[in-house]
Amino acid sequence: MKVTLNVWRQEGPHREGRMVRYENVDVDPHMSFLEMLDQLNERLILQGEEAIAFDHDCREGICGACGVMIDGQAHGPLPETTTCQLHMRQFKDGDEIHIEPWRAGAFPVVKDLVVDRSAFDRVIQAGGFISVNTGSAPDANLVPVEKKIADSAMDAATCIGCGACVAQCPNGAAQLFTSAKVAHLGMLPQGQPERWGRAAGMVGQMEEESFGSCTNFTECEAVCPKGISVDFIAQMNRDFLKAKLRSS
Amino acid sequence: MNLDAKIPSGSVEEKWDKHRFQMKLVNPANKRKFEIIVVGSGLAGGSASATLAELGYNVKCFCFQDSPRRAHSIAAQGGINAAKNYQNDGDSIYRLFYDTVKGGDFRSREANVHRLAQVSVNIIDQCVAQGVPFAREYGGLLDNRSFGGAQVSRTFYARGQTGQQLLLGAYSALERQIAGGKVKMFSRTEMLDVVVVDGRARGIVTRDLISGKVESHSADAVVLATGGYSNVFYLSTNAKGCNVTAAWRAARRGALFANPCYTQIHPTCIPASGDYQSKLTLMSESLRNDGRIWVPKSVEDKGKLASQIPESDRDYYLERKYPSFGNLVPRDVASRNAKQVVDEGRGVGPTEVGVYLDFADAIRRDGKASIEARYGNLFEMYERITGEDPYSVAMRIYPAPHYTMGGLWVDYNLMTNVDGLYAIGEANFSDHGANRLGASALMQGLADGYFVLPYTIGDYLARHLGEGVLSAEDPAFKAAEQEVRQRTERLLSIGGKRTVDSFHRELGRICWEACGMSRNKKGLEEAIQRIPELHEEFWQNVNVTGGGESFNQSLEKAGRAVDFFELAEVMCRDALHREESCGGHFREEHQTPEGEALRNDEDFSYVAAWEARGSGETPILHKEPLEFENVKPSQRSYK
Repeated sequence: MKVTLNVWRQEGPHREGRMVRYENVDVDPHMSFLEMLDQLNERLILQGEEAIAFDHDCREGICGACGVMIDGQAHGPLPETTTCQLHMRQFKDGDEIHIEPWRAGAFPVVKDLVVDRSAFDRVIQAGGFISVNTGSAPDANLVPVEKKIADSAMDAATCIGCGACVAQCPNGAAQLFTSAKVAHLGMLPQGQPERWGRAAGMVGQMEEESFGSCTNFTECEAVCPKGISVDFIAQMNRDFLKAKLRSS
Repeated sequence: MNLDAKIPSGSVEEKWDKHRFQMKLVNPANKRKFEIIVVGSGLAGGSASATLAELGYNVKCFCFQDSPRRAHSIAAQGGINAAKNYQNDGDSIYRLFYDTVKGGDFRSREANVHRLAQVSVNIIDQCVAQGVPFAREYGGLLDNRSFGGAQVSRTFYARGQTGQQLLLGAYSALERQIAGGKVKMFSRTEMLDVVVVDGRARGIVTRDLISGKVESHSADAVVLATGGYSNVFYLSTNAKGCNVTAAWRAARRGALFANPCYTQIHPTCIPASGDYQSKLTLMSESLRNDGRIWVPKSVEDKGKLASQIPESDRDYYLERKYPSFGNLVPRDVASRNAKQVVDEGRGVGPTEVGVYLDFADAIRRDGKASIEARYGNLFEMYERITGEDPYSVAMRIYPAPHYTMGGLWVDYNLMTNVDGLYAIGEANFSDHGANRLGASALMQGLADGYFVLPYTIGDYLARHLGEGVLSAEDPAFKAAEQEVRQRTERLLSIGGKRTVDSFHRELGRICWEACGMSRNKKGLEEAIQRIPELHEEFWQNVNVTGGGESFNQSLEKAGRAVDFFELAEVMCRDALHREESCGGHFREEHQTPEGEALRNDEDFSYVAAWEARGSGETPILHKEPLEFENVKPSQRSYK
């Protein structure tokens, strides 16, 4: 089958970008979406043109490197599926597909479909950890953790940090990402000593970056490839409020 | 060259403790005077960077990904071993040590493996304290499972994402140190050379992948934690960015590369669907607990659907050949047998390169719900990739390169033969011998990074107190930078007619055919001739578009391909010279009458450490003899 692609091309962060149309792109229905881009890139290189830049690595849906807007939807039409796990059988012959980078103030474009997500790392630096130096840990079974809590912490911890939540949010907010980490550590007994400082620190950093505010569109949950629930945002807001009350 | 592994004296149980006492210490006030470079931010590099910074050293950590959280350790599914004996089923440090030496087919170093088993218990404590959400039982304590044919339940896991959770633990510890100013993080930065002056590593040369800027970084010691080289086969389960460049650049500067022919092929991967295939996806081998592996008995049934082939015309070849282990034979045995039936023309699926893994009997026996509870997420993944529903149609699988046991030669202190240059995690060769057991890769990466390197590196640094780092303006750095720039310019100036991927694919095919699941003299000799020819053609005919002073993924790939070419040649030479079969290395000339691997302990009980001299130049072989004082070499049998 053949498709037509409209791909965002932008040479660098401070250069003007534009949509470029690629017609007659040959695809096999069993190909992955990124393999389609690989193949288009092979064609471009042989024509002496520069390949389309896009982030990707594991291609198994776990590293969080890949992610583009496909016809306006982060990671494309399949629920709970990263861009790399999307296959062309989800499209049909003659389709016209629009591919853009994540669109968010906090994620400046590096080149073409590649964006800078280092704001996420800085949010983690502001408290997304438990301060335990190597060697100082007690026996792993010393503190039992209720299974329900351990499972719920795991649900939050599955976040792959891809940034789809921010990209899809009309405000470009990072609440789902931040809350997943705040909740994961805040639920576990090991995370209690730093619980309030963590919530305050991470939310504070999130606000310092160019993320927008959360106004409960919940688009983030709809596009999250790991199905992370917006309930964690409520949990984070409670912890943040309590942290503020404690400090005042 | 005298290869001294520096294994401490004494019984295997007391070596590490004794060594820890004998090593020199660096006092806290002096630690802050040292600079350490860590290349790679996966389980080994991330944990090492964080731990070294906690101790007070100044660390620079480099990764090519956009964030240290994305290193390929993240993709590990199954779990991590530790000799905790929480299940009271007879596990112990000695048993984990014994299983690992035996599983490695008696080609690893006893002293290293015992230390690995010793610190395995500390890893779990550390990870739990960091908040890694391991699976738990209803009583709130940690759950374990048996993995990869082990007779005890010593594997800790976090759903099917153990690698991700462990990496996020190490990453959080690393980010904490970045926030504290003790680690300077360089993301999207690739190491392109290591600078060695008078036999001692003094720093590295990097390229900023966004700006293209080539820079020097000097340090008192350099640690490579840059993973394995499975992508030499082009198609593997490794992430697309995984590469051998850092390790190979070190090899070109004099570090020996050990046992490159020890590569592990994982039996349960989703088969390639076409020529455009960019990577292969692994599915947990736990599927073999309930799935039955088969192909048609007759070549004439080729092309038929599984449902059209009656029970009597199916060959459940593993159950037939290995009645006691059946579908649960070790990875290498399962993989080789799949290749054999495909080579006989009995492969299944559109490409005929695959075998069935059939759950029909398990579903009939236990019900669909119970199979779904066990493997639901794997079945979903399979359906997403292939478009087929494995509840109603037999799954298709085929082996794929997955892990490399070979790597940079290191001594007991994890230092390469180049002074001050260390290699940890999958990048070194040390602990898995010729074959790695399931759930042991995560264990080794974290053991090296959290609990081994931070001690041993102190002993080296203490001896260099007060010397200071070499200036990054030193001519040695400038010369290395110049070489890096020239290589980049040369790659960009060829303007040929083939893409990097087309060359890499062809190289991968050559390696897979000659040096994959089974190897023979003729095939290897042909590959050793063909690889340099293809490499030569690459330099004449590759086309790398774009520039050197901007973000250019084609250029990144080109540089990595060059190093894969050189490594591939040495890998094939290693496989050719090792006239025996052991672990992941199966030489067709060396098998028992039943077709099993036949080791030759008398002549090959050594580590083959190669001194690389560049494309087309014969590398020089150095040998480190292996001695087994505790675990007596025996023949594996799965009949």
